[in-house]
Amino acid sequence: MARAVSTGQKSLNTAIAGTLGLVMFFPVLWILILSFKTEENAIRAPLEVLFGSGWTLDSFAAVQARSDYFKHFSNSVVISVGSTFLGLLIAVPAAWSMAFVPTKHTKNVLMWMLSTKMLPPVGVLIPIYLIFRDFGLLDTRIGLVIVLMLMNLPIIVWMLYTYFKEIPGEILEAARMDGASLREEILYVLTPMAIPGMASTVLLNVILSWNEAFWTLQLTTSDAAPLTQFIASYSSPEGLFYAKLSAASIMAIAPILIMGWFSQKQLVRGLTFGAVK
Amino acid sequence: MGQIQLNQVSKSFGSVEVIPPLDLTIEDGEFVVFVGPSGCGKSTLLRLIAGLEDVSGGHVTIDGADATAVPPAKRGLAMVFQSYALYPHMSVKKNIAFPLRMAGLGQAAQDKKVEDAARVLNLTDYLDRKPGQLSGGQRQRVAIGRAIVREPAAFLFDEPLSNLDAALRVGMRLEISELHKRLDTTMIYVTHDQVEAMTMADKIVVLQAGVIEQVGSPLELYQRPRNTFVAGFIGSPKMNQIEGPEAAKHDATTIGIRPEHIDISETEGTWKGTVGVSEHLGSDTFFHVQTEASAEPLTVRATGERALGYGDTVYLTPRPDHLHRFDSKGLRLE
Amino acid sequence: MATKASRAAARTMISPAVILLLGWMIIPLSLTIYFSFLRYNLITPTGNPFVGWENYYWFVTDPSFKAAMLNTLVLVGGVLLITVVGGVMFALLLDRPMFGQGVIRIMVIAPFFVMPTVSGLVWKNMFMNPVNGIFGHIAKAFGAPPIDFFGQIPLLSIIIIVSWMWLPFATLIIFTAMQSLDQEQLEAAEMDGAKWPSRFIFIMVPHLSRSITVVILIQTIFLLSIFAEILVTTNGGPGVSTTNLTYLIYVSSLLQFDVGMGSAGGVIAIILANIVAIFLMRMIGKNLDA
Repeated sequence: MARAVSTGQKSLNTAIAGTLGLVMFFPVLWILILSFKTEENAIRAPLEVLFGSGWTLDSFAAVQARSDYFKHFSNSVVISVGSTFLGLLIAVPAAWSMAFVPTKHTKNVLMWMLSTKMLPPVGVLIPIYLIFRDFGLLDTRIGLVIVLMLMNLPIIVWMLYTYFKEIPGEILEAARMDGASLREEILYVLTPMAIPGMASTVLLNVILSWNEAFWTLQLTTSDAAPLTQFIASYSSPEGLFYAKLSAASIMAIAPILIMGWFSQKQLVRGLTFGAVK
Repeated sequence: MGQIQLNQVSKSFGSVEVIPPLDLTIEDGEFVVFVGPSGCGKSTLLRLIAGLEDVSGGHVTIDGADATAVPPAKRGLAMVFQSYALYPHMSVKKNIAFPLRMAGLGQAAQDKKVEDAARVLNLTDYLDRKPGQLSGGQRQRVAIGRAIVREPAAFLFDEPLSNLDAALRVGMRLEISELHKRLDTTMIYVTHDQVEAMTMADKIVVLQAGVIEQVGSPLELYQRPRNTFVAGFIGSPKMNQIEGPEAAKHDATTIGIRPEHIDISETEGTWKGTVGVSEHLGSDTFFHVQTEASAEPLTVRATGERALGYGDTVYLTPRPDHLHRFDSKGLRLE
Repeated sequence: MATKASRAAARTMISPAVILLLGWMIIPLSLTIYFSFLRYNLITPTGNPFVGWENYYWFVTDPSFKAAMLNTLVLVGGVLLITVVGGVMFALLLDRPMFGQGVIRIMVIAPFFVMPTVSGLVWKNMFMNPVNGIFGHIAKAFGAPPIDFFGQIPLLSIIIIVSWMWLPFATLIIFTAMQSLDQEQLEAAEMDGAKWPSRFIFIMVPHLSRSITVVILIQTIFLLSIFAEILVTTNGGPGVSTTNLTYLIYVSSLLQFDVGMGSAGGVIAIILANIVAIFLMRMIGKNLDA
């Protein structure tokens, strides 16, 4: 609004919104605090926790010692990054086709791709589980990379498509006139121009894969278990060890929380399939 | 070399025929302008020559060789796009060098050619900038530079000046004409602006709905338009076209007379009329005069200033040797 | 840009994606449908005879199916209500001038990036645990008996957790839509004498209705598949009081190894999701044309 707003009004808004923001953020903040406490101090009343003693870094070390945090962390990285880049490899050519050589079927293909995203995972749980069992893919990272890639492929194609659409076709035609082959056209002209869009696409899909908690829970047990499964193993009775649970949780969500803050805008675009601008 | 021949070339999108079969020959070194209203198929025709679209029928021949199935990169043509289509992530230098890089030219040879082109186009000081940091006119020059370095058989321009403001447009028009004189390479230039066509072309191709209405030099088109469409399209302000009894007096369905070929007098003349709006340009004055000769007001050009105001009665006399006559099909009668 | 060569290239380049997604859709889907007509248990091999609609019959008439459907409905409906109303309020609030808006927005959005198993466990233990949880401590401080969340109000507890996770999504999308509202429209309405409530009802709500619909449709699709939050908190219990359709299918197929029954449930879940998906796809499709 181009109108001057009094500082008092602005302060009041800030106070109300800030309180609500704090309430929403509180659980994250709270586990951050608890993760630095000793177990016996972590279960005390909130005020005692805040102002009492018993600050320590032991929980983080204990989490690693008890359940090999870094193994699960690296599984999460491999699965989320792997599935995203594999998806990108398949999606870039597809998005190029739809954005720059549209046919009368393009829209239908795009819509169909999106519709596969609407399939509830539980509807295909059994066949996937059995196929995985028969092919020895259960509890393997490659298996999860494939499934999560297929899960997110429609979103990757969709996001790239919307970014590619913003690149004028004339520039690619110019490259073609200048003697560039299709490969050179995509490599030297399209890709550099689409870098920001691709980066957002990667970011969002890494986040989605990192937090995916249906297939990762169903298809892994230990070897390939990412952080979602690792945290689930705290469901009982270790969950009563607040400090360790907090430390484990903080380590599981911190990387994605930071990435997420950078991708707020893309989040809307990627998750609403362009229906909200 | 750069002789381009179109034999029975046609283009359809689905069931819609945008260009019925047409023949056209463009001689080496010629500056040819495709002109017509928007949607007349002139850009499509250019893209067919470039190879960015497939022809639906017929053959495109470049320098005697059939190029119909040759991909755009291999036709030896260079194109300047309406949006300039510069690569935004590359510097001016890299933009101009891109076709050379694609051709696998050595770095030293690339640099040499880019420098030469930059000098010709006054871009030497801007070589390290990105397109986003350039003005419209500079971007235009970079696009031309990128075309020049390829030493193409022919240059294709797709409405290259339409994104520039009026003053810059006049300047670039001269630059492109000058470039043509210096390089002596075939140029095909698409525009909807008949002033550009008249001022730049050796040969104008007037198109309407994918059909060639007339091909000829600017003066031929101005002096002897083949039909009423060309008569109305070429020349500014438009030729006055009169139908009805006045035309019948000259054994024609329609007669045409250009504003500059009507004499205006306050005392006597062929047609009596009333002055409506007048436009004063200083060098000339255009009067819109309502007469009994036609339902539409006639536009009349008078040199300098004339003391005539709204509602004044005047008499108009067309110069008989400049009268154009057209038959019921709109075709010129000799 | 449509020469035969480029069209051929386009077909080649799009085919990996199409083939993969087609396989991903058709193979498991047809297997699910096929299994749903078999008597097929992983522990008791019976030769998997064709049994027609029997699995569907038993799945649907099982009392836990009715409970699961009801739970699914209450879960989805409850979360939608909280997130949409809360999202509009949050968005309105965030849209006002304030200090440090960026920081506050980040705090509001943060829960969306917390993985479901973490949210489930953190809420269950640190907040809703009647002895050591924060709510328990607060109740104690006021001398009230602590609430046993997962004993007394299990489904509501799940709704609270899931709402916390999805409120940021609703807020973010509605906020984005709100920012695209033309300020001049509001100023014109103000000149026309519309007070804030009228401006809200006649200008902002119509402008937001589209994004709210999108929020509802997308969330519904995700909420129908809520799984991890239930797994780590209640395991569907007590009894079946927090078992939703997804969880019920998981129980019959991977805990009871009844592939036939689980598949029948899967088909029902697909049909349910598709009803929502059709409306969502229509909206997206319309937007593609624009």
